[in-house]
Amino acid sequence: MLNKRRVLTLLVPFIIFIIGAVLLATPLLKGSDPSKLDSALVGQAVPAFTLQDIYDENKQYDATIFKGQKMLLNVWATWCPTCYAEHTYLNKLAKQGLYIVGMNYKDDRKKAIRWLNDLNDPYQISLFDQNGMLGMDLGVYGAPETFLIDSNGIIQYRHVGDLNEKVWNDKLLSIYEDME
Amino acid sequence: MLPEIGQFTLILACVLSFLQMVYPLYGVQTGHQGAIRSARILTILQFVAVAFSFAILAYSFLINDFTIGYIATNSNSAMPWYFRLSAVWGAHEGSLLLWVFLLSGWSIAVALMSKRLPIESVARVLAVLGLLSFGFYLFVILTSNPFDRTLPYFPIDGRDLNPLLQDFGLVIHPPMLYMGYVGFSVAFAFAIAALLEGRLDSAWAKWSRPWTMAAWVFLTVGIALGSWWAYYELGWGGWWFWDPVENASFMPWLAGTALIHSLAVSEKRGVFKSWTVLLALSAFSLSLLGTFLVRSGVLVSVHAFASDPTRGLFILGFLVLVIGGSLLLYAIQASKVKSRGRYELASRESMLLINNILLIAALIVVLLGTLLPLVHKEIGLGSISIGEPFFNRMFTILIVPFALFLGVGSLFRWKRQQLNDLKKPLSLILILSVLSTVAFLFIFAPFLTWLAVLGTFLGFWIIVAVVYEIYLRSTHRHAFSKGLMKLGNSHWAMSLGHLGLAVIIIGITMTQNFSIEKDVKLAVGDHITFEHYDFHFDQVDALNGPNYTGTVGIFTVKQDQKQIAVMKAEKRLYTVQRMPMTEAAIDAGITRDLYIAMGEQLPDGAWAVRIYYKPFIRWIWLGPLIMAFGGILMMCDRRYRSKKENADQDTITADKEGTQNA
Repeated sequence: MLNKRRVLTLLVPFIIFIIGAVLLATPLLKGSDPSKLDSALVGQAVPAFTLQDIYDENKQYDATIFKGQKMLLNVWATWCPTCYAEHTYLNKLAKQGLYIVGMNYKDDRKKAIRWLNDLNDPYQISLFDQNGMLGMDLGVYGAPETFLIDSNGIIQYRHVGDLNEKVWNDKLLSIYEDME
Repeated sequence: MLPEIGQFTLILACVLSFLQMVYPLYGVQTGHQGAIRSARILTILQFVAVAFSFAILAYSFLINDFTIGYIATNSNSAMPWYFRLSAVWGAHEGSLLLWVFLLSGWSIAVALMSKRLPIESVARVLAVLGLLSFGFYLFVILTSNPFDRTLPYFPIDGRDLNPLLQDFGLVIHPPMLYMGYVGFSVAFAFAIAALLEGRLDSAWAKWSRPWTMAAWVFLTVGIALGSWWAYYELGWGGWWFWDPVENASFMPWLAGTALIHSLAVSEKRGVFKSWTVLLALSAFSLSLLGTFLVRSGVLVSVHAFASDPTRGLFILGFLVLVIGGSLLLYAIQASKVKSRGRYELASRESMLLINNILLIAALIVVLLGTLLPLVHKEIGLGSISIGEPFFNRMFTILIVPFALFLGVGSLFRWKRQQLNDLKKPLSLILILSVLSTVAFLFIFAPFLTWLAVLGTFLGFWIIVAVVYEIYLRSTHRHAFSKGLMKLGNSHWAMSLGHLGLAVIIIGITMTQNFSIEKDVKLAVGDHITFEHYDFHFDQVDALNGPNYTGTVGIFTVKQDQKQIAVMKAEKRLYTVQRMPMTEAAIDAGITRDLYIAMGEQLPDGAWAVRIYYKPFIRWIWLGPLIMAFGGILMMCDRRYRSKKENADQDTITADKEGTQNA
């Protein structure tokens, strides 16, 4: 004889699992490329913010820094091993003359400065987003992420994951070159 | 020609695994003896076929057959032979082949070492393992074939293996980890077989235990190796990053740890049975989930070198089928299980229940921390990011009750414990652990922090409790030394497992609280002094490896004027992939590591150098080794080895419980 209530209780793990599976499947079924997490902000301006400079607490920046020329916004943190792997390539891009703004995300200021001193600083401006405020507005999913921003301060593309030669040449370069 | 043979035997193995799934089940259903007996033979044949296929891929790597696409992308003729061999599992296709190969290895082990189990049960278990193998074979053959050719235009040399992975750690880390992941499939298969049979009894728990323990030992060592590898190879001196892929291996470990404890209760006391089954299903499900997360690219991570959505969908489909199906079966069948044993609130059963609850809480923390960033977005709350601080805070909170109960738990009796009897031992343990904490911190801590005191106390609380428990148990009936000899392997296993955790806790506490990290600018001839250590930068030499070039910085380290080490920190540039790598110089010791990593050369010719002092970091990896050793002892316990007397006993208990469950 089956005890109905018992069966229902024992069904709980199954139900939880199905919900979880549906949640996991949606990103795969919807966007064929899971690394292309679409940002609702593509085509829009960078949201307003005020953040400190990483080196200097008294220096503040706001969204106007994204206007005037096309640039990359790179989100990174010292707790992110992928960022470490990516850093060399950022240095290379910076050497080629690209304008890169760095956003240090949910991190420790001292560690971040040490990182930049150690591995070279590819950023023209380094924002310090300790509480992840701007990151939240940008829909940052984790580090590293890179945004392409045109000279009007409009976000044109978002890349999740590390930048490397292949990703840059295959995906970002053409968008970057087409941007104003 | 050879790769085609490898491909062919792989398909053959796939067909055999299908038969291994269908035929024995048909036999059990109809009572056809031949079909039941075929399970073992089919398993052996399947193993031979896939082993052959694996050997061919490995051989093709050794002879640098770059006509195979997988080899061309992941190997290079300049790599030494052992890295060419380990490159077999250096990327997606090969690591999946390794996965199925190990799965068939576990299957054949079950087939050969389960002679004393009822043949119908073995047939069911092997059929379930056949189903799992079949799914993975299809996955490999349809989406990730390692034997795909690059003909007719094949490259002259390969693209080289990711330099991060060209390391001794990688030669052994993935196979160990996979042995653990895949090993839980055996516990899973036993659970499914028992559910199908409708016979969940102590005998089932007893058969599952050594297999579960074996998988757990591999997983423990595998995770520790991964952590150790990250420590010396990534060049940042970190040992755990809460990276999604690390979490993917940590979750089955937590479930597996809960499972080995819960199995012990089920075997000895006949309670928690349906819970134990659920854990057995979960441990393997989490292994599958880990594979899904790593291989689908749903989570972006340093480990996710190759990802592809079709692969993700395939694994997800397989996941839904296997996990969903097993949980449904569980809901229907486990409701028939009746618990026999009774126990009171103050009893060892309750203590083990608390252990399980806390482990599952930790598991949920890791699961949510890993998946929430994904799920959060799906339900329209925007994206969030959960990093290291979240996990560290949660685990700091969870470890406190866990360690406290762990220390006390093994003093409790089964069924019922008079709390009054525990007053004396508990106060003794408390006093001794406080004293040891004070002494330890007095000697080794340069200053005090709350977390350092707490962590050290928890570590010593466990150590003192374990030692005291051994003392009590061995003086129970005999003189101490004689009683010590009489303690069973299982008992030592438990004690070592707990001691291992204490060692880890102390290691983590000391490393996290008292590490010193210096980032300095040093020119040749400079020196820097801290913590009684003097580091002298002697010289910089050129470095010429087989597939890399670079520089090596040589340091002489003195402690109180005495030279204690010459350390060589390398900076390599892998020529094919143009990727720089830091090879840190490490002077390891039981109470501290000295760690030097070379940074960039600065314009003025001096070097940026990272010098770390990491107290007790070795304990973080020593602990898992102690735990694993305990696990091995448990597997060697007489109860799981001697064949004859136990076989009789098994059938008796099985009969008895069979009637009770009916």
